[in-house]
Amino acid sequence: MTFTLKVWRQHSADEPGRFVSYQVKNVTPDMSFLEMLDALNEDLISRQEPPVAFEHDCREGICGSCGFLINGVAHGGQRGTTVCQLAMRFFKNGDALTLEPWRARAFPVIRDLIVNRSAFDRIIQAGGFISAPTGTAPAANAILVPKEDADTAFDAAACIGCGACVAACPNASAMLFTSAKITHLNSLPQGQPQRDQRTLSMVAEMRNELFGSCTNHGECEAVCPKRIPLEFIGKMNRDLMRAAWHWHREPLVIPSLVQLPSAEDSHEQFHEEVRIHEEDQAHVEAESPEPAATRR
Amino acid sequence: MASNTNSISVHSTANVARQRVAVSHGALAFWHTMIGKKVIMAVTGVVLVGFVVAHMLGNLKIFSGPDEINAYSRFLREVGSPELAYGQLLWIVRTVLLICVALHITAAVQLSRMSWAARPVKYDVKRNVETTFAARMMRWGGVLVVAFIIFHLLHLTLGAIGFRPGQFTHLAVYLNVTAAFKVWPVALFYIVAMGALCLHLDHGIWSMLQTLGWNTARNEKQLKIASRAIAVVVFLGFSSVPVSVWAGWLH
Ligand code: HEM
Ligand code: SF4
Ligand code: FES
Repeated sequence: MTFTLKVWRQHSADEPGRFVSYQVKNVTPDMSFLEMLDALNEDLISRQEPPVAFEHDCREGICGSCGFLINGVAHGGQRGTTVCQLAMRFFKNGDALTLEPWRARAFPVIRDLIVNRSAFDRIIQAGGFISAPTGTAPAANAILVPKEDADTAFDAAACIGCGACVAACPNASAMLFTSAKITHLNSLPQGQPQRDQRTLSMVAEMRNELFGSCTNHGECEAVCPKRIPLEFIGKMNRDLMRAAWHWHREPLVIPSLVQLPSAEDSHEQFHEEVRIHEEDQAHVEAESPEPAATRR
Repeated sequence: MASNTNSISVHSTANVARQRVAVSHGALAFWHTMIGKKVIMAVTGVVLVGFVVAHMLGNLKIFSGPDEINAYSRFLREVGSPELAYGQLLWIVRTVLLICVALHITAAVQLSRMSWAARPVKYDVKRNVETTFAARMMRWGGVLVVAFIIFHLLHLTLGAIGFRPGQFTHLAVYLNVTAAFKVWPVALFYIVAMGALCLHLDHGIWSMLQTLGWNTARNEKQLKIASRAIAVVVFLGFSSVPVSVWAGWLH
């Protein structure tokens, strides 16, 4: 099979990107999409051109590293499938395919098809954990988990954090990812003690990372390689209402507040802030003996 | 590559200054989150849908003749007497509706701005696989609905526009309505606006059920059908009046 690829090439976060077209020949139908890109890259390397950067690890659909848009659909369009698991027989010989990285303010492009998804890590850090003593292992069945709850938690835990939901969402919203992470822990008995604080913290963090707001289009569910259902978003909303209505001995803490972002300030101000931050960094580095932390 | 990674983390994290804040009131914290605003939109949406359906049913009384509809107009003002003064309940309802509309629009505008800011670089090629026309029309359809509400209040509530001087009589509903819709551009505007409302409700009613957590993988289809059915009934019910006047069935 032969394909014409139009690939987004961007050398680094600060440089502008553009589309470049390539021909890939001798593709077999049982190659995965990433194997096809490997073939392209070998060809590029042999011609002394920089290979197309894309992220991958397991290549078996479980790590959540891979992902980009193929002809405008995240992960290519085969339901419940990551691009690493997508076989080239899904396309027709001679197809023209446009490859584009996830686009969201919260996911800046690192290079070519790779974006920085650490915003997801920070949502998890805000409350996606259980504080528990980690001494000896507890006796099996010391905590009984109802079957239904275990199944729900398991379905939610299937999320691999690939970011396709954000990429496909017309609002660049991270509701499906966050709802999967919240539902996973909030369904289990072990998750109950920190339930309200967890929900509020993770939901607030989603906004602090400048993701957009859900309007129930359902695009996320349609491209999710793990078929996380919209139903979990409803569960998360219920849990947030619960957190707000419940009486708490002390007020719940919102991790941080930022002013409302708006369409106008999104671009110029972003770069302005980066510049200021870089100056600050230089300052800190000059003053302190330790290397300055790159995270806020 | 190492130096590359460095500059990247600066990029992704430098965009906001952070501060630790404890919001002492639950309700404020709730409104501060995007989901809280959305839940407010859903709850105010329920009130507005309830009003819309009741209003549509009330309008149908016009087909029972002038006496019925005019009596209904008086009833809306006299209901609750003697405990409530003339028009008091009507003003209570109007106040509640105004608060709901204000909250609904404030949340819609704030959330829309956040969403627009969330994708500064657009896709070159983007294909939607699931969303509907109605869902994509929510924002601009909503604006059209508000424009309509303002026109409608100035028109059939106050009689300030769309009538010749002296033509509009307070509480003479039948005469006002039949005179109003003989002007065909007005009748057409009402029908177009009801089309926009129908689209808004088609997605909105289901969306509200999803937002409030009633939608499940198993009942999604039924809820979407029910939402569309209500939207279509509202459209047909409201549009039947201008169409009937225009066609000469009511005169
Ligand atoms: C300027 C006026 C309006 C604007 C800009 C507006 C905008 C919106 C937007 C952006 C949504 C969210 C869409 C979504 O989540 O899918 C929405 C939802 C909704 N709207 Fe409106 N709207 C307006 C007026 C109205 C009116 C007059 C009604 C009632 C007849 C109404 C009923 C609803 C309902 C029931 C929802 C669903 C709430 C939810 O998503 O949970 N809206 N509206
Ligand atoms: S919810 Fe689905 S699409 Fe979103 S990050 Fe998790 S696995 Fe990927
Ligand atoms: S490479 Fe691990 S999910 Fe695709």
